[in-house]
Amino acid sequence: MIMAQKTVLRKPRGFIDVYKHKPGAEKDRTHYCPGCGHGILHKLIAEALEDFDIVDKTIVISPVGCSVFAYYYFHTGNLQVPHGRAPAVATSVSRANPDSVVISYQGDGDLAAIGGNNILQAANRGENMVVFFVNNAIYGMTGGQMAPTTLEGQKTTTTPYGRNVKTDGYPIQVCEIINQLTAPVYVVRTSLHDMPNIRKTRAAVRKAIMNARDKKGFSFVEVLSMCPSGWKMDSVPAQAWIKENMIPRFPLNTFRDISENTPAVERPVPVMDPAEVKKILEYDALSDSNLQKNSDAAYDKVAVRIAGFGGQGIMSTGIALANVGMEYGYNVSWLPSYGPEMRGGTANCSVKIQEDTIGASECTEPDMVIAMNQPSLEKFEKIIVPGGALIYNSTLISIEPARTDVKVYPVPITGIADELGDTRVQSMVNVGAFAAVTGMFDPGEIENLMSSLFKGKPEKVMKLNEKAVRKGYEYVKENFS
Amino acid sequence: MPRKLMKGNYAAVYGAILAGCKAYYGYPITPASEIAESASLLFPKFGRTFLQAESEVAAINMVYGAAGCGQRVLTGSSGPGISLKQEGISYCAGSALPCVIIDIMRGGPGLGNIGPEQSDYNQVVKGGGHGNYKVIVLAPNSAQEMCDLTMLAFDLADKYRNPVFVLTDGVIGQMMEAVELPEPITELPDKSDWAVYGTADSRHLINSIYLDHDDLEKWNRELMKKYKIIQKNEVRVEEYRMDDAEIVAIGYGSCSRVIRSAVDLARERGIKLGMFRPITLFPFPVDEIASLVDRGFKGILTVEMSDGQLVDDVNLALKGRMISDLHNRMGGNVPSAQEICEKVSELYGV
Ligand SMILES: Cc1ncc(C[n+]2csc(CCOP(=O)(O)OP(=O)(O)O)c2C)c(N)n1
Ligand code: SF4
Repeated sequence: MIMAQKTVLRKPRGFIDVYKHKPGAEKDRTHYCPGCGHGILHKLIAEALEDFDIVDKTIVISPVGCSVFAYYYFHTGNLQVPHGRAPAVATSVSRANPDSVVISYQGDGDLAAIGGNNILQAANRGENMVVFFVNNAIYGMTGGQMAPTTLEGQKTTTTPYGRNVKTDGYPIQVCEIINQLTAPVYVVRTSLHDMPNIRKTRAAVRKAIMNARDKKGFSFVEVLSMCPSGWKMDSVPAQAWIKENMIPRFPLNTFRDISENTPAVERPVPVMDPAEVKKILEYDALSDSNLQKNSDAAYDKVAVRIAGFGGQGIMSTGIALANVGMEYGYNVSWLPSYGPEMRGGTANCSVKIQEDTIGASECTEPDMVIAMNQPSLEKFEKIIVPGGALIYNSTLISIEPARTDVKVYPVPITGIADELGDTRVQSMVNVGAFAAVTGMFDPGEIENLMSSLFKGKPEKVMKLNEKAVRKGYEYVKENFS
Repeated sequence: MPRKLMKGNYAAVYGAILAGCKAYYGYPITPASEIAESASLLFPKFGRTFLQAESEVAAINMVYGAAGCGQRVLTGSSGPGISLKQEGISYCAGSALPCVIIDIMRGGPGLGNIGPEQSDYNQVVKGGGHGNYKVIVLAPNSAQEMCDLTMLAFDLADKYRNPVFVLTDGVIGQMMEAVELPEPITELPDKSDWAVYGTADSRHLINSIYLDHDDLEKWNRELMKKYKIIQKNEVRVEEYRMDDAEIVAIGYGSCSRVIRSAVDLARERGIKLGMFRPITLFPFPVDEIASLVDRGFKGILTVEMSDGQLVDDVNLALKGRMISDLHNRMGGNVPSAQEICEKVSELYGV
């Protein structure tokens, strides 16, 4: 056994003294098989953590695989995680604790099969972490099935005839893939099959951990590792097997080492102070909903359906009505048509403005319909309650509405907007017309709300929209009073 | 009364920020995308983390990591994405990690459509992942509740060290209402006895493995005990015009809003309909529904946007002493108040 070649005076402090999380009586030895590479790599990591004096600030992510119990051993913060997801977990652990050293420790099934995307994406984001990738060309934990790194022709319990590349694909060379990405700072492949290579692995382990300590970003260390049990071999032949069979397929190499010239990853400090939170959310600019309601308005509540082509300001008409209604202290709701209904260029929304709690938000039997084009008129005039109102865009609609039991307001909405020089102000023409028909809103008050309705827009835009409200309002007043 | 007009999806993110949520991890899906979008807009303003994960699987595992580090953390998705998250949610429950997951339900099965449905009820309320566990499920029916119940979700998650779902449908996520913004929380709960901070004192273990059968059974029993306490303490319901009602309609989420309209409409027609609305789906208001039998109702009608998933639980609670009828719509269709009234008349001859 390789471990026997070195005199062990004491455990490195990176390890827990007594493996208290390990069930059973044997709390002083690992669960790994004799001759397994995991134990060697664990020791190299634990030594480095001690030597750099960072045991305290290290967090180890144990995967699913034979190293699922890595948390038995490392005297660090530990999270045991689902199969393949260690890089995703390590990502948020590193974001949550930017000063910590985060280690994702994974096998080849875990990293290159089920977690293949997670490792690529974490690498691509340049997360500040170290990944130790134990490539033993097999699934150890589950009893020796094929791994993505299983060699061509290699027999496993699920490739009893040997891995057939025509049906099972080729062994995946993960370092080479990671090296295609821009963000990683250190990508290296080493082996544990003899002392000189263990020494090289030791250097790689230390370099990668140092990178994480110095917040250099993403370091990836692939380690070719013996699995005598999975390979059904003794320890010594297993070492030779790596040299003779694995290394030709997985050449040992430092693929990338650019940490020196890479600046440290910086993460912001979260703002949690309540006063500061309210400032950022602009509590000062919230509506105090205290406009005086008009007690002799024609409507004291309204359910309105607004419909037309996409781009005719359908949604923004509804939002503006809901916003103004809110300023008057009403309960308001706005429900858009979304998804497939939106395709094909038509849009509609439901707005309710009322004193009482609002039930259904869709206006299935509206008091009012605002129809901006002919298909919308045809579709929605049918559902207006008897005695309700229909405002329609007489610029674009040439037919007469069929309903005779509702009040009809043909308003040249597009025409008014165009006259003002900008078709986009149609929404506010609608709002003006709505105010005149319902009596619920005062046009002067709407003008006062322009700076909140058009927050961040130039003065010019506000002025134009003010005019649009006024025009829509006056058109209705002059023609239908 | 400081208010802001916003979509339910936005309101939930405001609630998260006000509750001190430090990180959002998610993957876009209609009709929940505004949750990710508003989080991407707002979280960086507070130096908090927003990350668009590579998948829902990654997102829930990022949630697992952040929760393990003691952060209040949020993810949001819809049907297919929730299916993918289930393994991770089971791990969160198994490791007793508090976290909040928002599900804005859409039409299924399969890719279905993006219209509103309530068909994730079973996969969320019954703990859709593997193993014996439950998640607390809150069912908002307005933008205001999207904010308030998301804040409550964080509190309950921490109180019970358990994942909490905010479960609603596309209508509630997509609609805008005036939301009264509550005060931000002033203090986050202390998690230093179990969370991992990357410090000497916080070298804890976050884990769901119990190799010994007796140990795992013991852990399962502890979880059961916790769920019993939750069942006892956390049931929340809303009733509307139930005092003199003769018939009751039961529904949650946007169905409950339609029921409210139906109640008013029925009253205009001289039908005494009342509304019973579960706000918590786990804990399910078992006792409250059982007691409906003693209140002498002529009929109980469950209204849902799924294939009977809710009425099954209602009938389980009724224990055969009464049987609830079902009125349901699916595929993105929402029941209307008129429809419910007609169904009531037809079923109960009123
Ligand atoms: C979702 C899921 N699928 C499958 C498993 C079963 N499983 C446990 S370990 C493992 C393979 C691990 O192999 P590898 O990552 O190569 O690690 P090794 O055991 O060789 O160290 C599998 C498939 C699981 N725990 N979870
Ligand atoms: S099965 Fe293989 S990888 Fe697992 S402990 Fe044994 S030798 Fe190591």
